[in-house]
Order: sequence, then structure tokens, then C-alpha cells
Amino acid sequence: MLSIRNIVKQYAGHRALDDVSLEVESGQVFGLLGPNGAGKTSLIRIINQITAPDSGEVFFNGEKLNQSHIDRIGYLPEERGLYKKMEIGEQMIYLARLKGLSRDEAQKRLKFWFDKLGMETWWKKKIEELSKGMQQKAQFVATVLHEPDLIILDEPFSGFDPVHAEVIKDEILELNKKGATILFSTHRMESVEELCHSIALINKSHKILDGKVKTIRNSYRNDTYFVEYTGAPLSLDGLQPFEVIGDTLTDDERNTIKIKLTEGKNSNDVLQYLIPKTHINMLQEVIPSMHEIFIEKVNANSLSHE
Amino acid sequence: MNKILLIIQREYLTRVRKKSFIVMIFVVPLLILAMGGIIALVAKNSDNLSTLQIVNVSDDTKIFAGKFHDVSNIKFTVSHQDLKADKADSKKDENISTLYIPADYAKKGAIQIFSKKKSPMQLTDEIEKQMGDIAFNYNMVLHHIDTAVIHSIKKADISVNTVEITDAGDKSSNLGANMGVGIACAIFIYISLFIYGGQVMRGVIEEKTSRIIEVIISSVKPFQLMLGKIIGVGLVGLTQFSAWIILSVISSKIAGHAFNSPQSFMAGIISTLSTIPFGFILGCFLFYFLSGYLLYSALFAAVGSAVDSETETQQFMFPITLPLLFTYLLSVTVLFRAPDSALAVWLSIIPFTAPVAMMVRLPFDPPTWQIALSMFMMIVGFLFTTYVASRIYRVGILMYGKKASFKELSKWFFYKE
Repeated sequence: MLSIRNIVKQYAGHRALDDVSLEVESGQVFGLLGPNGAGKTSLIRIINQITAPDSGEVFFNGEKLNQSHIDRIGYLPEERGLYKKMEIGEQMIYLARLKGLSRDEAQKRLKFWFDKLGMETWWKKKIEELSKGMQQKAQFVATVLHEPDLIILDEPFSGFDPVHAEVIKDEILELNKKGATILFSTHRMESVEELCHSIALINKSHKILDGKVKTIRNSYRNDTYFVEYTGAPLSLDGLQPFEVIGDTLTDDERNTIKIKLTEGKNSNDVLQYLIPKTHINMLQEVIPSMHEIFIEKVNANSLSHE
Repeated sequence: MNKILLIIQREYLTRVRKKSFIVMIFVVPLLILAMGGIIALVAKNSDNLSTLQIVNVSDDTKIFAGKFHDVSNIKFTVSHQDLKADKADSKKDENISTLYIPADYAKKGAIQIFSKKKSPMQLTDEIEKQMGDIAFNYNMVLHHIDTAVIHSIKKADISVNTVEITDAGDKSSNLGANMGVGIACAIFIYISLFIYGGQVMRGVIEEKTSRIIEVIISSVKPFQLMLGKIIGVGLVGLTQFSAWIILSVISSKIAGHAFNSPQSFMAGIISTLSTIPFGFILGCFLFYFLSGYLLYSALFAAVGSAVDSETETQQFMFPITLPLLFTYLLSVTVLFRAPDSALAVWLSIIPFTAPVAMMVRLPFDPPTWQIALSMFMMIVGFLFTTYVASRIYRVGILMYGKKASFKELSKWFFYKE
């Protein structure tokens, strides 16, 4: 769907993107992650042809990115904004027509979306009469009205209350199910694990990590487990196949410890060692969350640069 | 191309649908009409007294009484009673005035006219004129001078008609009216360049501060947006002008009927104006308005893109408005007195000053090659400013929170795409 190859973007004084390459497969929900100022918005602007890279190329469905692709991309910028004094229905139609839709078609689809999101009565309202959340909803509709193949959302959930964020999330997933490829940037990690098939992590103008979410998380497994047991606190004899790296005790004597396996041991070894000593309720592998991986990678990356 | 049309349409419609626009369309011709009406009314009042005025002449000298002749609406009678009774009559009837001429009438302020209301200017003018003539004749006779000789000498009535020698034969012209129209057009262009250029600038700032700019330029190129806005606002200007011209013509026609006098002030104006080559002036006006507007509004758009709010525009506005202001001030003072001076010629060829300077010079028939060169330079000029402005604009609209300087703007100009 989208192939970004060796993009370099230089601004006066600093390099926003340095040799960044990405592959976004068709039908994916792709998360573009990174701390503020990492270069996410610069990259998104290049894909939207708002700016051009100094070097490197972008391919859209195998073709070199050009003006004809503009109508097939929908873009929700991080800084939201619409014409304040313009009626909302008219404005949505205008934006859709700029993306190549006919007036009639735009009107028809707008009616569908307004019905769907409970915005029927907004048609004649001016943007300045709407609340911030309502404006965001309208802008989301404007982004997807022309049914783009690729939807680019820059921080889509910022500015929404949890209820509306949920509505928008569902809409994004539904659009994805219907075949649209979604590329969104965020620093809300919980939405990443929930939504994304693949991610790329950008920090300080460089891509430092990318791939499928599952693969990445699995590759960051480090033989850490939670053990929950009932009974008196464990007394260990020094022969255990693991090392305790954290423990909690709770009131009703259900205790939890966090362990890291000794080199060469596995979960079965742990069970065999523990079963004679206590009553095991649960043994669960700890797979690092994207959040943890994000923090770890960004910190490591920062250290290596200092 | 289709997208530019969409942008033009939006820019045009949102402005034309505004209440203020519709109000302005009607208010301005009404003002013109009201002004014309007041002038016509004043002119009419001083032309004719509305009712017959009787002037009762109470003459102690016996030189004047009986020698007045009646004119339209003024009738002179000779008083046979004393001044007190005459004044009592005048007090009763506002159409009867009493003219009192004492024996020492030559003394300043001695002659008095009594009436219930303040005497109209025309009445006193007429009395002064007739008394002057009577006194003149009386003194001629007194000093034994033949009045017939004097009259024959006085008869020479001289007035100058300006006649232009053209290839098509001599034709009468009215230089004053031509000059008036030229200067009016120049002032009109000067003002409207600021009004509509300012609208473009505010439009750009609005898109920037509301942040919709990023959505739009993910659909169209910045240059398309800028051009669409400039053309859209320009059409608004043309619409407004056309509406004003049409409404003014209609309202002055109606006004002409209302005053019901073919010889009136309006008719006078129309006959004066008919000596002006309107087609030519109007064509030139449209050309210089449009090209001047395109030239300046591109610069205004660039300024709008470089700032975050209207208050920051000051430092950029000054150099833009300077050449226009300079020419405007010269136009109404120096240029129309020396329309063929080197200064005037240069100002009418340099694109930044030409729209105003050339309009002032046009009534004085500048050489055709100068008009052609000036127009050519205007086209080159606006293509140039549009190019420069679009390069600054495309960078400026995405820059926030950075206080731009001229150095910064020149850097933007050289940025790669």
C-alpha cells in the first residue's frame, strides 16, 4: 500500500527525518509511534504531499507518489480546524469536493454519516456554535467522507472524551474492516495494542523499531512470569530454577511473586519445583507491553545519542 | 483546475452572502444619491425662488424708485407710505419685503431690506445688481457721459471654449470633467486595492489560525489555494463595483425624474460627462484595477501567510503600502498639474505605482506607447509578485509561533519544494 524509502527531510537547523523507511501493508492498521518532536508529523506531511522530502521516495500502491493519489488519501491533522463561520454541511461538502467527489455524492454520503453519528441536526450550524468534541467529530467525518483507501490520522483520540473516543475507535475499525488502510500516529500506547497490526517507532528523526505488534512483543519476552499461590510465604532453598524480582502479599494469603527464569530453565521446571512447596493458582508469562517497549527503546536510543 | 474553481466559488459565495456585503451594495449608491439630491436641491433653490416676492421700495433719494424692473418671481413696487407702515406690511406677509434706501445710500451698510424671514440670497443678489446698474447710469448722466457708448463697450462678453485637435476633427472637451474622472478613478483604485487586498490577507490569516489550512493543502496545492482566494475576492470586488454603477445610474435617473427638470443639475452633469471617452476610461480603469489588485493582493497573501494574527502584519504592510500612498499623494497634488513630467511618466510605468499614476494621466492623452508599456509592465509585475508571493506563502502557511522577519521571508523564498 505504502512504501516509504530512505526519506530525508532537512529543516533549517535540524534534520526532521533521517533515512526513514517503512512498509505499510494494505488493509492494516498501522501505528506510527514516537515522542513529541520525533518527526512523525513531518513524515505524515510528506505522505500527504504537503511537503516534499529532500531525498528518498514514497510509493503508493507501487506507483511513485503523485497528485493523482491525493483523492485516495484522507488526512486528519493533529491541529484540528475548520472554517469557523461556515455552515457545517456546506463545509463538509466543500472539503469532499476538493477531494474529487461530486456535490450530489458528497451530500448523500454526508447524510449517511450524520445519521450514523447522531449529527442530523447539525447541518445548518456554524462550526463556532459547536463544542470542541463536536467539531472533532465533524472533522473526522470530513476526513473519511470521500472513502479514501488510506486514512491518515494524526493523534486521532486527542481532544475526545472517553465516550467519543470509543465511538471514533469503532468507526476506524469498521472502516478498516471495509478495506481501508489506516495509518495513525499516537503516543497513547493502550490504543496501539488494541488497534494496530503493525507499528513503527520513530525517535530523534530515526526509525528505531518496526514490525508486527505481536512479533515485537514476543521478541521482547525475557523469561519473566507471575506466580500466584495460596499459603504461607515461600521459603526458598537456593536451588530454585528462577530468581525473584518482585513480590506482593495480599490479605487472604493469595500471594504473587514475579520471577525471572534461570538460564536454560522453562516454566515446567518452575512448576515442578513449586508444586511440592505450595498451592499454585496461576503461572503467567509476562509479555512486555508496547508501553514498556516504547519507554525502553526511547530511553536506550536517547542514551546512545548522548 | 477544477479545484481552483471550487475554491473561487467558496471564497466568492461566502463573502457575497454576508449581510455586510449586501448592505454595502445598497448603502453606497444611496449615499451617492443623497449627496446628489442635496446638491441638486441646493442648486434648484438658488435657481428659482419658490414663490413670488414683492419688494416694496422705500426710497429717500428718489434715484432708484420706479427704475427697478421685474424679473421672474420678483416684483418691485414703489412705496407711498412711511417706512414704519411698510415694515408693518412686511411683518404681516412673508412674501413682501421692504427695501429701504436712505439719502446717504453710498455709505456702507446704509441700504436695508426688511422681511419676515431671512431674505434669500437670490433676492439680495438681484437687488444689488439692479441698484448697481441704476447707480451707474445715474452717475453717467450726472457727469454727462453718453451711456450708449459705455454700453457698447461693456457688451464684449468673452468666454473660452476648449477645443481638442484630433485626427477625427476638432471636438469640444471638458478638461475639468476629464481630470475629475481621472482622479476619482485613481482614488477609487487606491482605496479598493487596500480593501480587497486586506480581505485576501485576512482570509489567509483566518485559514492559518483556524488550522484548516493543513486539511486544504492535503487536497490542493498551496498555489491553487492562494490563486483561488485572490480571484474569488477579486470577483467580489467586481460584483460590488458593477452593482454600485448600475444602482447609481438607476437612482440618478429616478432622481432626475423626481426633480422633474431637464435643465437641472443632473442633466448638466450628464451633458458634461458625455464629453468624456467613457468606454476607454472604464476599460483602463478595469485593467488597472484588476492588474493592480492581482499585483498587490499576492503580496498581501504572502504577508498573511507569514504572521499568526492580524496585529503582526504592521511591519510588512508598511513597505507594501508605501509606493501606493506615495503615488496617491503625488497624484492629487503634483501629477495632474504636470502629467507629462518625467516623474509622472516613470510612475505610470513602474507597476507598483502605475495603477494610480496612469489613471491620473489618462485624461491628458499620454502617448499610446506609454500606455502600452505601462500595461505590459503591469502584467509582468503581477506575474512576478504572484511568483514571489506563492513561494513565501507555501512555507509561511505551515509556520506557527515563529516571528517572521524579512530575512526569514527571503529564506522561505529559496526553500526547495
